[in-house]
Amino acid sequence: MAAFALNINGKTQEVNVDPNTPMLWVLRDHFKLVGTKYGCGIAQCGACTIHLGDSAVRSCQLPVSAVAEQKITTIEGLSENGDHPVQKAWLEVDVPQCGYCQAGQIMTAAALLKRNPSPSDTEIETAMNGNICRCGTYTRIKKAVKMAADSELS
Amino acid sequence: MSIIKTKIGRRAFIQNTSLASGGLILGFSFLNSCKPKQVEEMAVRDMPKEWFEINGYLKIGDNGLVTIMSPNPEIGQNVRTSMPMIVADELEIDWDQVIVEQAPLNTNLYSWQVAGGSRSISSSWQSLRMAGATARHMLKEAAAKAWQVPVGEITAKGGMLAHEASGKSAGYGDMASAASLLEVPEEVELKERSEFSIIGTSRKNVDGKKIVTGQPLFGIDVQREGMLIATLAHPPAFGMKLKSFDAETAKQMPGIRDVFSIKLYDDDFKRGAFHHTAFNEVVAVLGETTWQVMQAKKSLKVEWENTSDSVVGMTMFGNEMKVSHPAGLENTTDHRLKMEELNARKGRLVRKDGNPEEAFKNAAKIIERSYSAPFLAHNTMEPMNFFANVTDDHAELLGPTQTPEFMEPAIAERLGLPIEKVDIMLTRQGGGFGRRLYGHFMVEAAAISQKAKAPVKLVYSREDDMSQGMYRPSYYATYRAALDTENNLTALHVKAGGIPESPLFANRFPAGAVDNYLAEDWTIDSNITTGAFRAPRSNFIAGAEQSFLDEVAEVAGKDPIQLRLDLLKRAQENPVGENNDYDAGRYAGVLELVKEKSNWGTNQQGLHRGVSAYFCHNSYVAQVLDITIENDKPIVQKVTTAIDCGIVVNPDAATNLAEGGVIDGIGNAMYGAITFKDGVPEQNNFDKYRLIRHSEAPKSIETHFVQNDIDPTGLGEPPFPPIMGALANALYKATGQRHYHQPFVAERVIVG
Repeated sequence: MAAFALNINGKTQEVNVDPNTPMLWVLRDHFKLVGTKYGCGIAQCGACTIHLGDSAVRSCQLPVSAVAEQKITTIEGLSENGDHPVQKAWLEVDVPQCGYCQAGQIMTAAALLKRNPSPSDTEIETAMNGNICRCGTYTRIKKAVKMAADSELS
Repeated sequence: MSIIKTKIGRRAFIQNTSLASGGLILGFSFLNSCKPKQVEEMAVRDMPKEWFEINGYLKIGDNGLVTIMSPNPEIGQNVRTSMPMIVADELEIDWDQVIVEQAPLNTNLYSWQVAGGSRSISSSWQSLRMAGATARHMLKEAAAKAWQVPVGEITAKGGMLAHEASGKSAGYGDMASAASLLEVPEEVELKERSEFSIIGTSRKNVDGKKIVTGQPLFGIDVQREGMLIATLAHPPAFGMKLKSFDAETAKQMPGIRDVFSIKLYDDDFKRGAFHHTAFNEVVAVLGETTWQVMQAKKSLKVEWENTSDSVVGMTMFGNEMKVSHPAGLENTTDHRLKMEELNARKGRLVRKDGNPEEAFKNAAKIIERSYSAPFLAHNTMEPMNFFANVTDDHAELLGPTQTPEFMEPAIAERLGLPIEKVDIMLTRQGGGFGRRLYGHFMVEAAAISQKAKAPVKLVYSREDDMSQGMYRPSYYATYRAALDTENNLTALHVKAGGIPESPLFANRFPAGAVDNYLAEDWTIDSNITTGAFRAPRSNFIAGAEQSFLDEVAEVAGKDPIQLRLDLLKRAQENPVGENNDYDAGRYAGVLELVKEKSNWGTNQQGLHRGVSAYFCHNSYVAQVLDITIENDKPIVQKVTTAIDCGIVVNPDAATNLAEGGVIDGIGNAMYGAITFKDGVPEQNNFDKYRLIRHSEAPKSIETHFVQNDIDPTGLGEPPFPPIMGALANALYKATGQRHYHQPFVAERVIVG
């Protein structure tokens, strides 16, 4: 067990856990931030995607001890009022079916648009390929990412 | 105006249902936070000071807001939006005045609280409409009494009651109190289809905002004071069971509270089909956090032993059946050999029309092709989990299940509690696909909570989830067709089987369209547990049949859509045999629609097209799939889908579901498989089990619904099975290679 001070969604929070504990479980079990989802535990499905700084990372493979001072953003902290362009586009397109993977999809999409504000179809597919949607909302996700990209450009 | 007797499902309309609905719901803070409509939006408009229960489906606030209970499990099919829409339409209330709440399991109030068989909307269509119409009528009566005018002169629209002659008007909120005290009318008028103002219009997912902001909605998100996390160790192979375990190391690990084994069902427990489980005795690890219990589980030293032959008695909707689990550690290679062997023998005769033997003897051409598909894991993105808090005299369960009603008796029996002491509440569910029909994880959570005397959330790891069984069965089928010298289809023979069930639907098309028809089947027992998987049996046989018809059309020199239309014309005008269970006219209707919408018959350079059509869950779906070859790789450019599922309640949501069926079907046909070596599933996570990803999905999907006034039929499952045929047929056009054995990726040759 060790104490860690973590910068999560703009607030510094402390936790005392095994240093090997993945951020996924620190967020879910210790901070009750359950928007970040468990899907596979081996970085294959993307349901647990969070931002470490500006990068989308799989929190199931990120030990709490590796975070240090880096800023963590979860789906709960992506925007103040759920009005990030990606979130708005998701609602406009009405993307979700079951909804379970969507937080991870949104976090990956938001990171993509931050580094590449107007991605091509292929760039969207490549960036999003690590996020599985079992219900098959892929065509809607792509539509929403493009819509969010357009709204950011305008 | 149609009149409907309120006697159907009248239990739900009896007065004073507050105990059964409102009281229960409001008692649980998690579900309160689960209210799908945005709380902040509602907060802007004041919440009512008082709610009045009109019936088990709805209550009206003194300010006119309406709470509608959504009774069915929400697994992504969008019933939490579309079912309340039906109530709201009949009630005549604006949709933005509606708050949706998830109803708990309540067999007194609701019927078929099941997510299965694509039946949520169709089973509740009448009762949901009646709930709204009854309330509308009672509000009118209350107004008529208050204003001393005949009830027939009152109009109700958009949450307002009005009497034109006197100029009087009032909101629903003003009359809700009086209406809630009235007798339930013997019969009520339902709206005409032409009067629908919400049904048939696209309304966004009521949970949308919560989903995109990561609010707690799912079973795995449940948090409770003092709650422990539990995880399970089950045998590593089918055909094995628990012998003994040593948990000394695990118990010493940080956060671990206890380790013990639990037995699910006693040997004499009368199981229902949905009580099926692969492993009746498992080891539970309890601790403070998920990571801790997952780590501790790895340190368990467990001895497993082989099972012996067993037969489990089960009831399925009143029918007794026996499920045989032979001893042994099974292998996929043996499965394949056994299926080929069985399929080479004469099968069980299921249907015979005319004289197929003679027709094959006299055939000018005979086409024979065999098809197969592997076991599949459902792989819901949210792994199996459930919360249970069992005390001496009460059990509270909360989580994701497709069959709360069927699991309740098993839980009560296992806990030794009367059934009325078991309360089951539903969360939103991260996918179902049939996996959550089998609620052994609920019984496990309850048994663990009872033994630990603590609230417990049971969470399966992905590996546990994928290796626990309840798979889609493995199937095999051979089709034979006889053509005469004019290339007419004179006979069709299908022989199909599987492990452990047959995929045959002997009375479906092309039965009824061919003079000489023979259908046989066979089964092979296994200790690998299987269950319903999105469109059971259809999910294989549709693709096989529709691929075969494509080859028949090719040999006969006919357009594949025209061949099907000709056969359907025959089935419609002069059907062969008895018990054909489809409507040939509606079947042809979706083919005509997809033909038009896909511009079938217009040749485009480099575009390779396949068609398929199927009927299941009382709905008809036809699909055209377009492939181009880019860098020697087939790319699905577009899928055009035509669907006849009667009235479509929420068109955009229905379109979403149909798009999902297409992508899911392509994914499973191309990549999906669970294989076995010595009883061990060789895939236990997404590194080995390949699911379709973004870049492999069609570039576009277009969905068209047949417009008619037929009561709604199934939609969750029907778009899934036929796409596998359309994919195989388009791949053939693109690559010259026919695909017979799923997953197609395993039999693909290099293109070019």
